[in-house]
Amino acid sequence: MKFKTFAAFVGPSVFMMLLFIAAPLVSVFIQSFQVTQPILEQVEVETCTPGFLTQTCTTEIKTVPILDENGKMITETQWVGLQSYRNVLQMDKFWAAVGNGSWNQIMQIDFWKALRFTLSFTLLTLPLVIGVGLAIALAVNNATRSIRGPIIFISLLPFIITPVIGSLSIYWLFVGDGILTTMMERWTGTNISMFAQAWTIELLMYFYRVWHVAPFAFVIFYAGLQTVNMDTLESAVIDGASRWERLRHVIVPHLMPLIIFIALIHLMDCYRVFDEIVGFRSQAHVISLQWLTFDFMTPDDAGNRAMSRASASSMLTMIGIVILLILPLRRTWRDHKGSAH
Amino acid sequence: MFLKKIALAGAVSLLGSAALACSYQNEVPVKSLSAGFEAWKAVTDAMAECGNFQAELDQEFRTKQPAAFEANPSLYQIGGVSNGTITPLLNAGTIRPLDDLVEKYGANLKPNQLIRINGQIMAVAMMVNTQHLMYRSDVLADLGIETPTTWDEVYAAAAKIKEAGVMEYPLGATMKSGWNLAQEFVNMHPGHGGKFFNDDNTTAVNSDAGLASLETMQAALEFTDPEVLVSDSTYVQQQFQQGKIAMANLWASRAGAMNDEAESQVVGKVAMAAAPKAVADGAPATTLWWDGIVIAKNISDEEADAAFRLAMEGLDAETVQGANDAAIWLVDGYQPTDIAEGAIATATANPAPPAYPSTTQMGLLHTALGNELPAFLTGERDAAATLTAIEEAYTTSAKEAGVLK
Repeated sequence: MKFKTFAAFVGPSVFMMLLFIAAPLVSVFIQSFQVTQPILEQVEVETCTPGFLTQTCTTEIKTVPILDENGKMITETQWVGLQSYRNVLQMDKFWAAVGNGSWNQIMQIDFWKALRFTLSFTLLTLPLVIGVGLAIALAVNNATRSIRGPIIFISLLPFIITPVIGSLSIYWLFVGDGILTTMMERWTGTNISMFAQAWTIELLMYFYRVWHVAPFAFVIFYAGLQTVNMDTLESAVIDGASRWERLRHVIVPHLMPLIIFIALIHLMDCYRVFDEIVGFRSQAHVISLQWLTFDFMTPDDAGNRAMSRASASSMLTMIGIVILLILPLRRTWRDHKGSAH
Repeated sequence: MFLKKIALAGAVSLLGSAALACSYQNEVPVKSLSAGFEAWKAVTDAMAECGNFQAELDQEFRTKQPAAFEANPSLYQIGGVSNGTITPLLNAGTIRPLDDLVEKYGANLKPNQLIRINGQIMAVAMMVNTQHLMYRSDVLADLGIETPTTWDEVYAAAAKIKEAGVMEYPLGATMKSGWNLAQEFVNMHPGHGGKFFNDDNTTAVNSDAGLASLETMQAALEFTDPEVLVSDSTYVQQQFQQGKIAMANLWASRAGAMNDEAESQVVGKVAMAAAPKAVADGAPATTLWWDGIVIAKNISDEEADAAFRLAMEGLDAETVQGANDAAIWLVDGYQPTDIAEGAIATATANPAPPAYPSTTQMGLLHTALGNELPAFLTGERDAAATLTAIEEAYTTSAKEAGVLK
């Protein structure tokens, strides 16, 4: 392809990536080392608010921002180095807890609590998604042609549902008076509260994510299965290989690049887990790194946002994703170089 | 059949609006942004009758309002605020003093409604709101329980109801982690005689009153649904409506829903009393809130004039009489009914509960409370460690916000 044609095709997408991904990233990176504060003063303010019949007036010293002549808040931005990262990571508390050998104390620090959940969520759902996806693909591949269409359609359904709606429906099904909880209570005769302790919430989250993402893995694997070399499979049958041996030595090696691809996508997606936290209202028990960033950014009633900590926390999330992706990426790179020979 | 019903409903509502028509025709386009509960719906509907008015009722208004009002020209002329959410608008100076407008159009306003800050009228209140005790009068009467006035009595009553086997979890609580749970502490802490801040803006919650508040909150867990850390006001309201709980300290603005025959199975059985006290001789353990309107600063004087005139049309006696039970109105023409008793008893108690403090620090502390309290209630951390954690979390964010050096 001529370079000009290549540039014409790639140009718009590169421009969009620079504008919407690279530029915000640079800005967040810079902000994570800065703190922007309004300049405050202390003034005596008399406030009169209604009671039911009469007003109560109170005079108190309030801390309020100074406004310039245009009525804008005067702010100043300072470079604070790694202070925001220190505030998020709270290493002093972390090491103190490690010194005490207390896992419970480490789990009291928001960042580490979120990291623990995010990592176990990502790493536990990964093999499940690949396993379940492969199982469905194999089942569909071996089903008679006439029912394949409907099976494919049904197995794809969970993937179509919007993630937030999906997690909300799971919440509504399993909350105190939800249909499924009521049913289980009737069977077992005991009172079941799925959202009263961390481990049941986490179980539901794993279940939901696998249910939601497995169809994606299935579609990819199913496409891959259509390209398995039939000659190799037949010779394996003649050599007396069992179904399991054929799977392990012929099919899985053939699908390996696809497995890596799905692992990559899944690691990236899962490390940013957020919908489940909000949908399940699990903040009291389980939080994720992405939720932590969101929480820093949400303004409170007085309009305060912790932008610097939010920036630091999102940079840390990105570093986490990069570290997770190094292994599978290295493997793809090696395969890529190998095939070039 | 269905179409016929819709046509009929349409006709009726047309008739209705014709009957309630506005006293003048509004010519200037006006928009408002407010919370979405029943009282706001009544007020904005009344304003819409004058024409050229667009209302946005959004429970997420608090995150949108500061930025929308800071735009020039402001995206909305009228804002619906409460004493909690007016703070960022006051701080940024994006709302205008209303003294001249009140003089021009506010003849029917009561002095009680005018929110004065340093003498200037910055907002016009329309209703008060507070959390107070709602209880099933039939259940309590059956068991011969007096209306509880302190939290100890509430727990004693709950124990009796549980023992009698009437309900497994007799108590409801708005303890959803985050804002709701923090608000429970904000109610309890002054009730135990605590204050939130020292003079130098550091927080004072790490105190004996703080410990006592946590203890009182924890005692509730014995009588509440195990999933109480996900339960917000709407959930508690539904638990009441479905007859699952007998008592809760719930918002007065939710009282009307108890007698909504379309939703509630306990119509006429829920009574309201003053918020329970934390200590016998103290104030009811709750905070007083008001809801009202503000007018944006970054708009022309003509627009402000039109917006305020329209708002006064929305806040007139006619609106209030049409939605009498939707709120504890401050507007003339309001007739307090049974369901207002609790809120009025709370607001007029002696000593009276404090108003929710509208300060920058309170916003920061509220967030810190909402994030750190759950670990205490799930039993992962003890009370003393939790108070220390709250103090540290507040200090970190106060330093970032520049409130503390």
